[in-house]
Amino acid sequence: MINAVGREIPDEILRATGKEPFQGNNYKNGVPFRRQGPIIRPNMDNQHSKLVKDIHEALVRCRAHSGMTISFHHHFREGDLIVNMVMEEIHKMGLKNITLAATSLGKAHDPLVPMIEDGTITRIEASGVRGKIGQAISAGKLKGLAIMRSHGGRVRSLMTGETRVDIAFIGAPTSDDYGNLRGIGGKTNCGVLSYSHIDGDQAEYVVAITDCLVPFPNFPAHISMTKVDCVCVVDAIGIPEKIATGAAKPTTDQRKLMMADYCTQVVVNTPYFKDGFSYQTGVGGASIASTIYLTKIMEERGIKMGFGVGGLTKPMCDLLDRGMVRVLMDTQAFDLDAVSNVINPAHHRITAGAYANPFNKGAFVNRLDYVILASLEVDVHFNCNVVVGSDGVITGAQGGHPDTAQGAKCTIVICPLLQGRIPAICSNVTTVTTPGESVDVVVTDYGVAVNPNRHDLLEALQKADCVPLVTIEELRDTAYAIVGEPEPVEFDDRIVGIIEARDGTIMDVVRKVKTFD
Amino acid sequence: MNPNLKRLRRSMMFLNCQKPALIKDPYIYKPDSIMLDLEDAVAEREKDAARYSLFHALREIDYRGVERVVRINGLDTDLWREDIRCAVAGGCDSVRIPKTETAEDVRRVEAAIAAAEQEFGVEPGRTLIMAALESARGVMNAFEVCQSSPRLFGIALSGGDYTKDLQTTISGTGVELMGARQHMIIAARAAGVQCFDTVYTNLDDMNGFRKDVETIHAMGFDGKSIINPRQIPIVHDVFTPKAKDILFAEKVVREIDTKKAQGIGVFTVDGKMIDIAFYAGAKRTLALARASGVYKGDL
Amino acid sequence: MKILKPAVAGTLESSDCMVTVEPGCGELELDLDSTVIRQYGKQIRRVISETLTRLEVTDARVTVVDKGALDCTIKARVECAVYRSNDIRDALPWGGAIQ
Repeated sequence: MINAVGREIPDEILRATGKEPFQGNNYKNGVPFRRQGPIIRPNMDNQHSKLVKDIHEALVRCRAHSGMTISFHHHFREGDLIVNMVMEEIHKMGLKNITLAATSLGKAHDPLVPMIEDGTITRIEASGVRGKIGQAISAGKLKGLAIMRSHGGRVRSLMTGETRVDIAFIGAPTSDDYGNLRGIGGKTNCGVLSYSHIDGDQAEYVVAITDCLVPFPNFPAHISMTKVDCVCVVDAIGIPEKIATGAAKPTTDQRKLMMADYCTQVVVNTPYFKDGFSYQTGVGGASIASTIYLTKIMEERGIKMGFGVGGLTKPMCDLLDRGMVRVLMDTQAFDLDAVSNVINPAHHRITAGAYANPFNKGAFVNRLDYVILASLEVDVHFNCNVVVGSDGVITGAQGGHPDTAQGAKCTIVICPLLQGRIPAICSNVTTVTTPGESVDVVVTDYGVAVNPNRHDLLEALQKADCVPLVTIEELRDTAYAIVGEPEPVEFDDRIVGIIEARDGTIMDVVRKVKTFD
Repeated sequence: MNPNLKRLRRSMMFLNCQKPALIKDPYIYKPDSIMLDLEDAVAEREKDAARYSLFHALREIDYRGVERVVRINGLDTDLWREDIRCAVAGGCDSVRIPKTETAEDVRRVEAAIAAAEQEFGVEPGRTLIMAALESARGVMNAFEVCQSSPRLFGIALSGGDYTKDLQTTISGTGVELMGARQHMIIAARAAGVQCFDTVYTNLDDMNGFRKDVETIHAMGFDGKSIINPRQIPIVHDVFTPKAKDILFAEKVVREIDTKKAQGIGVFTVDGKMIDIAFYAGAKRTLALARASGVYKGDL
Repeated sequence: MKILKPAVAGTLESSDCMVTVEPGCGELELDLDSTVIRQYGKQIRRVISETLTRLEVTDARVTVVDKGALDCTIKARVECAVYRSNDIRDALPWGGAIQ
């Protein structure tokens, strides 16, 4: 069946997953559902200790078994040590058919590939997968399906019971012996524990893993003892320096600075740019430079930001420290400056659900004026691909991309026209992760294209005469004229993964790549 | 006369021909000219490789109207003649001669270009020349160099070698370049050709760079050699006429046009005494403003 | 042209390619490795073989490691390697065999 972004979703996948094809952003708007709850084992014994001596004991206490689903957060990003630590123990115990429902997986988790090959891990649910696990999935090594869903979509999936987590492992920078968890105060701080909040609510067992045990009560707790079964103290839960992967220094690359300038011009010349506006941006060089340019114009015009949200970086925290934004709503710290900035009383922690869950009564993303995003590919329908490389191999994560893109009034995607020889603006993206209906403006080094559905934005930008406006087709044609039109990547018939839309329908499928000879 | 002799050349960006990533789309930064370098940026053992890259880049990359200057190797090498054959066959717009010292140097290059134009069926006279002065002797001979060839559109100071020859170094204050700059701009104007300033190599000091550009702009230079695309917006900003200057130039042109008809020779605009001597300057300001994209009028 | 001795041109930097030519055993042998092989493999092979045909190279082992080079760069590197293998650096046929 062809879905609303023109992708063929094979019937066997619809049958196997019980899912519907994507039917447009607001298909499930207002459709009632019952929230599912976990099985809970009450603890009334005042002699009971939650402390376990190691991961093995935690697994035994939580009735770890073959076929179970376990979950993790990715607040330590590329510095995460928890997933590998737990999986090694599970592997040693000989458990099989594990579903790994992490919020995201990265290069730090390359050591899991042999466990995929030997059937320890047979299903993966995550925002996305970088590094060797992505390559392994694309090569067809995972027995079951990989489900890629957005941060908001993941919360929905746990709430509806579509994903049932048997054991959630929560890496906690500090914990007391009764499982009050905080993202700060320890030796490996990540600032917030936003992604794990829903796991605390919905998992059958919750194991806190910390490298810094503090006196009871560790308060105010970011995740409460009322949800935690076991506390396990280990030597190290993460490598703090690896939380910020690159992008610490402002870029000096003129190409990125140009795109940042175009992006800023788009923001300040569209109608939502007024006192109290809301804004989210990413971690790329151009996004960060754009925030710095924007600050200058905000100062000149005496405009302040109402709130900033999302994964946060130093430039956003600087805005807060300088009184240029009223509050920051934090789901994730992208660098150590953002981690340490959480002590500012106007820097608030929010859960992934409050941030982006499409199935609650209103998330922060719905109140965004601007979001600045990146993309591996954008096609002439404005569909974005942030998960699968142009070579067909899984290499990225949805993150909050589809959530914020749908929520924001003005969604700007920054994307250089060419990545080496690969045209980023193309006729059809390899895999759709964010539908074109969510994307308003595409900023490239060769000009800025506005989604024709957004006459209002186009008119505003034409009037301002502030950026080189082109059509998305012109961008594609320019790219193909320079590098040649790429041949379509050849895929095997086997489907190795699905890209889930925010509402749980299927946006696209990911197939096994053919070996090229 | 070749119309390109007088084209706008505020920013002339050096690019190493041996680096494919650099030469594939520098036009996105909108420099007025790129200078595809076969000389100092290219390692000795890659001199041949750089030529193939240059030839195909000139033939196959659409530089979207940006002037394509090729810096050839020095006349004291055995490389420059083949450099010229390659550049002319590729269809470059201009050749930059390094280490020029005399009018004779320019004429040797001119002859080689003419021969190459004939060999490769390029329209005779299409390929222009600029001469870089890099020594005390070259600077002293600036005027004869400026008058050496109808193909020569301008001269450029090359500060690194020049200061070595003066037995000093680049200080950042510009004091060591003062004499050469002053001498060269006078020579260029006397001969009716353009004049370009040397590179500014400290990319960490963008304020210093801006000051440097402001200095040479005030001295009358037509543009500056640059080494990084980050420098382009600053050069263009300094060289772009300001709104009040454009407004004033418009008034001057209009007033002179009407007063001339009425037979009045001297009058005031915004309290300034104006006569016909201001006409050419005002016209130049408007032309520059139009070329910089900040003036859409028709004067 | 004959390939008289092994010769190399180009680098492994992004947007470049490294071309090695060696004397062959009676035919053209092309070994291509590219970061964009799935999207541009056929195109790159075509450019390499057209370039070699123009240079009249019929007997060689050619190894190309491509890092996303444009066609113009691929041609330049192949030509450079071939002429280097013949120690030719001057009086080149610009616009003739090189085009």
